[in-house]
Amino acid sequence: MSLDKIIVTITSILGIGFTYWFFLVKKEKIVEAAGEVDIIVEGGYSPEVISMPKGKTTKLNFIRRDPSSCLEEVVLGDFKIRKHLPLNQKTTIELTPEASGEFKYTCGMNMYHGKIIVR
Amino acid sequence: MSQNKKTFSIKGMHCASCVMILEESLKKVDGVSQATVNLATEKATVTYDPSKVTDEKLSSAVSNVGYQALITEEMRTENDEQKEKQRELRDLRRKVSVSLVFGGLILWGGFPGLMKTAPMFLQNFWVQLILATPVQFWAGFGFYRATISALKHRTANMDTLVAIGTTVAYAYSVVVTLLPWLAEKIGIEPMPYFDTAAIIIGLILLGRYFEAKAKAGTSEAIKKLIGLQAKTARVLRDGKEVDIQISEVIIGDIIRVRPGEKISVDGIIVDGESSIDESMITGESIPVDKARGDVVVGATMNKTGTFTFKAAKVGTDTMLAQIIKLVQEAQGSKAPIQRLADLVSSYFVPAVIMLAFLTFAVWYIFGPPPALLFALLNTVAVLIIACPCAMGLATPTAIMVGTGKGAEQGILIKDAESLETAHKINTIIFDKTGTLTKGQPEVTDITSFGSTDKDELLKLAASIEKGSEHSLAEAIVKAAEAKQIFLSKVEKFRAIPGHGVEGIIDGKRIIFGNKRLMDKEGVDIGLAVNKIGEMESGGKTVMMIAIRQTEGESFKLAGLIAVADIIKESARQGLVALQKLGIEVVMITGDNQRTASAIGHSLGITRVLAEVLPDQKEAEVRKIQAEGKVVAMVGDGINDAPALAAADVGIAMGSGTDVAIEAADITLINKDLRTVAAAIVLSKKTMRTIRLNLFWAFGYNVVLIPVAMGALYPFFGLLLNPILASIAMATSSISVVSNSLLLKRKKIV
Repeated sequence: MSLDKIIVTITSILGIGFTYWFFLVKKEKIVEAAGEVDIIVEGGYSPEVISMPKGKTTKLNFIRRDPSSCLEEVVLGDFKIRKHLPLNQKTTIELTPEASGEFKYTCGMNMYHGKIIVR
Repeated sequence: MSQNKKTFSIKGMHCASCVMILEESLKKVDGVSQATVNLATEKATVTYDPSKVTDEKLSSAVSNVGYQALITEEMRTENDEQKEKQRELRDLRRKVSVSLVFGGLILWGGFPGLMKTAPMFLQNFWVQLILATPVQFWAGFGFYRATISALKHRTANMDTLVAIGTTVAYAYSVVVTLLPWLAEKIGIEPMPYFDTAAIIIGLILLGRYFEAKAKAGTSEAIKKLIGLQAKTARVLRDGKEVDIQISEVIIGDIIRVRPGEKISVDGIIVDGESSIDESMITGESIPVDKARGDVVVGATMNKTGTFTFKAAKVGTDTMLAQIIKLVQEAQGSKAPIQRLADLVSSYFVPAVIMLAFLTFAVWYIFGPPPALLFALLNTVAVLIIACPCAMGLATPTAIMVGTGKGAEQGILIKDAESLETAHKINTIIFDKTGTLTKGQPEVTDITSFGSTDKDELLKLAASIEKGSEHSLAEAIVKAAEAKQIFLSKVEKFRAIPGHGVEGIIDGKRIIFGNKRLMDKEGVDIGLAVNKIGEMESGGKTVMMIAIRQTEGESFKLAGLIAVADIIKESARQGLVALQKLGIEVVMITGDNQRTASAIGHSLGITRVLAEVLPDQKEAEVRKIQAEGKVVAMVGDGINDAPALAAADVGIAMGSGTDVAIEAADITLINKDLRTVAAAIVLSKKTMRTIRLNLFWAFGYNVVLIPVAMGALYPFFGLLLNPILASIAMATSSISVVSNSLLLKRKKIV
């Protein structure tokens, strides 16, 4: 095999490995929501993983800064909430989780994901 | 910093000092720069920074000082959303036009078959570079912006794929244009692919434009429901009629409605009568006649008469507000069928990027010359063809259209899961009273067996039943009222659930109820057996009255009172529609076997569960489920909540009350039994749409990604041009959304 082909092979293997590591091996940073938490919507959700207590009302303030139509809605399927997020405005969603567990929230097209951990 | 201005009504203001207090409180909210309150109009106008101030903050600033802010967030959000959508569409239109015109010109000047017809300047690579650059970085700016912010979160989406794919094509073309000798050195003809990058961007933006337009149609039902709301109400205040905003109506207000006007809120008619079109809420097309004491629903239309009504429910408590809330919740919920798509979508984009690396390597190493070019073009095709959006849109768009269509027909579906389960139903249990029948029984026969005459029997029965809440009691009391019988005073009244009632009238102990009650008290009914049998075979419910003259004596049967409930006109058609769907119909009732069988027979129902006490209904539902059936229970949602909850799908019929909506998976606002079949047909059609969408979305990616990788090349020499890949990708999302929108046109009744 010629040198260029060896380089392409190694680069591609490294590229695949890097893609896997970069996108799929992420360490979750859990943010405790003390009654209220601001979630910045820009290329995803920041913070992405939110922990909240069971039975208490927690306010999730979504602030959408990303004009991408992908992020114009947030869906909290387990809580039956689909909400439009006006650009550069704070949209508050109040949750009073009745059960503990992990609940995903996503954008309207299910491309961006976040997680709510109820303890 | 952008500043927004909002005006909203304030309730509870009565003097000039209120103005000061409110203004101060509103100004204290962080982000509010100006606040003015007008006592005459009872309105506040606030200028604020939208990133800091929410409606909740304004509302609590008002409530903290003892007033109430009426901020109609729903309307605001709708308007904001619409404006934003229009802005987005305008922007997309501009970008699509520029990209496709510039891309078209580049294609004309660069495509082998076409270039001979093109003017010379278009064939110049530098001109192509100048045309392609604004498309790449202005029209395609959104792709880059989304990619960069997504990468910051270590996530990727469709924009990432488009950005990488077009950048590869564009960068290669720039290198070939700037350094043609480099391409020649590695044996490649220096031909740029600016057309590919520009047209891909144009077509994907075009797809997004149509998708955005189509997606707006999926949430139309909510907008329509919000639009049903009346804007003003004509309220009688201090003896005068004044038109006020609907948000200012309070409970107890007397509201006048004239012919052709919309009813503003829910209430009870206090004077006058009219015919009211309730089709917008119930889906029933025939107007309903209403008079004093009848309930009217906000957003329905008064036809001919004039009447006044007392507001009973306002704001978020009205039936329309509840319907909107329910539909919104259903549209936000997730269907179990979506799980696979959810799982796939979490890994999809990274998987496609990995496949793109693989494609490049395989083509570069094993591909025919010019290998680099093949490797590049096929990699771009793989990145561009992948369409995760179609998978993400497949289920929710259909659920949104399905639940919205249901709401238009008076079918309120609690969540996507209920809608999904409903298509599997193979057995439906109907609670008889109030569901199959009108729930307004009438006294048909009175038979006396002793010295007590018929009117006296009716008097005793009506007196004792006056305190009962049973549906049959009302019939007996009404019959007595019709005969102008004066009722007696009852002592020690007691209702015995599932049996009847007892009490003492004029020192005599009376029991009134069914055979079970007579058996329990040891009453001999031998005399009446034939008569009872005869009446029960006619579908009548027979109740027996027995009297004990003095303590220590035994009860003696005094007479029988037969009551019959009228079967709804829509019952037969409704049940036939269900049977046509292959669904077994079961009737459940507290009536005795003979009466129940007679009613069941007249309706063509073969499986009748009779003599079931109210608290046994749930167990009966579970018994049928144990047979392996998927069971729906249809009831009024108030008395049979446990049975509705136990069923796979609980259907509450003819009621829009909180209790019913809470207990049921599906609430049918109208009383037409054909709606039950309609709800199931809606579920079946929605599920068919979802399956087709998922099949298309998955099939599309599963089939076309390998084609883009070049899977067909070894056999047929076929490769996928990246431009064709972008056409396929742009149409895939639109086709899924359009297929969901087709649900709107499907007939369910």
